[in-house]
Amino acid sequence: MSRVTFFEVEILDPKTKGQLCFLDKVEPHATIGEIKCLFHKAYPQWYPSRQALKLDPKGKALKDDEILQNLPVGTTATLYFKDLGPQVGWTMVFLSEYAGPLFIYLLFYFRLPYIYRHKHAFTSSPYPAVTLACVCHSIHYIKRLVETIFVHRFSHGTMPLRNIVRNCLYYWGFAAWLAYYINHPLYTPPYYGNKQVNYALAMFVICQAGNFSINLTLNNLRSDGSKARKIPYPTKNPFTWLFFFVSCPNYTYEAGAWFSFTIMTQCVPVGLFTLIGFIQMTIWAKGKHYTYIREFKEYPDLRMPIIPFLL
Amino acid sequence: MAAPAKGTSRTAQNDVASIKKKGPGALATAYLVIYNVVMTAGWLVIAVGLVRAYLSKGSYHGLYYSIERPLKFFQTGALLEILHCAVGIVPSSVVLTGFQVMSRVFLTWAVTHSVREVQSEDSVLLFVVAWTVTEIIRYSFYTFSLLNHLPYLIKWARYTLFIVLYPMGVTGELLTIYAALPYVQKTGLYSVTLPNKYNFSFDYYTFLILVMVSYIPLFPQLYFHMMRQRKKVLASGEEHQKSN
Repeated sequence: MSRVTFFEVEILDPKTKGQLCFLDKVEPHATIGEIKCLFHKAYPQWYPSRQALKLDPKGKALKDDEILQNLPVGTTATLYFKDLGPQVGWTMVFLSEYAGPLFIYLLFYFRLPYIYRHKHAFTSSPYPAVTLACVCHSIHYIKRLVETIFVHRFSHGTMPLRNIVRNCLYYWGFAAWLAYYINHPLYTPPYYGNKQVNYALAMFVICQAGNFSINLTLNNLRSDGSKARKIPYPTKNPFTWLFFFVSCPNYTYEAGAWFSFTIMTQCVPVGLFTLIGFIQMTIWAKGKHYTYIREFKEYPDLRMPIIPFLL
Repeated sequence: MAAPAKGTSRTAQNDVASIKKKGPGALATAYLVIYNVVMTAGWLVIAVGLVRAYLSKGSYHGLYYSIERPLKFFQTGALLEILHCAVGIVPSSVVLTGFQVMSRVFLTWAVTHSVREVQSEDSVLLFVVAWTVTEIIRYSFYTFSLLNHLPYLIKWARYTLFIVLYPMGVTGELLTIYAALPYVQKTGLYSVTLPNKYNFSFDYYTFLILVMVSYIPLFPQLYFHMMRQRKKVLASGEEHQKSN
């Protein structure tokens, strides 16, 4: 039976090169994640998700599942520590990002005092399009909250706190802005009347169902608990047949839903929100698409990132 | 809600970056030298125009009209600098450069040009002079840097005169926007009211007020950034005085 060689790990501050922590008798099979836990014991304010440990002061952070003996270090490993700042779990992130707009829109729908002229407080709009818009907007965010709680599996554990503040400002701000106009006493209903509203509503519902189907399908790819990426394929559900043409049909459906909502409400701020969201989702879709292509040689040729044949 | 835009006589971060340029290729360098020479010349034309108008009029009131055209032409031409960053021949951030240039263009067109009544205000002269001096120094700085022959005087001027020119320009800009407010409110310039079939409204008057307010957080940040740049650049510059 061979003796186990223990490692020693010293953790340094990259700026001062001073030693923050020295760990001895570390198992060679220890992971970075486990080392972070040990470091956390010495510095309780730096919980593991807030730590970035690197081999080089200017290098990339090591992944939590990296094993100590596989790293290019001697039996005394030198790691550099960076504080990533307060972190928030993904679930918390999405709950606050989605609960905000849901709630804020309702404030405008019910015309709470001080938003519009005093005489309009607690009145309601005579247009069915306005009530329909409220229902659609609310269902959209309720669906997202449900998905966050029950469906999504998140690969990274956390997000920096300042990102949450920035994202919430964006979502909440835009929700308030578009809700203000849709529920305004001087709102003008769509030019082509009920026909426009109903067709747009139908497309909206289809896109919501589509997006939900895709999220379920993506969730099932990781149902065995593995972290490895797999190629998503169309299933028996017709909504997933978009996978023949697109790498990220969830984004396609999402863009479609907001586009329908724009037509349904005929409101420029909604259009702007749709446009900005579409640009962002296109960037994400392209990233994912090229990652798939790099990782899988057998990746289907026909697929485009977000719009079939086009984008 | 539109994003606030502002104009001051600053082009902070770009400078240190352009000194450390690895060389964007001979053709691009030639183009950039031409661009910067043309811009230097353009702003010199504006400077000379101001002096001549002052001498012939005998007073410094209403000088804007004598340099209106070259000011619009050369300030708008600065939009090319966004392209330079986007294409990569200048190692600066597209977003930062875009913000800076757009704020100048905003003040030139959306305030001074659009609200005729402010054109005779003295505040216009204040920011035009600040911009002119700043831009002449800035563009000649870039020209010399590209040719690897930067006189210490130009470097010193670039990183010292801003101490006076920045606040001067900001004061001129703020006073001009403030002067424009009553006319914007009266005429409803660039404003859209409800009801309309796009279900959208925009109040330019409120927007201008927001722009003025945005100077409060933005100006100190940029000013102190330039101060820090000054310490860094001029401290290392003392080792080789008149580099030529």
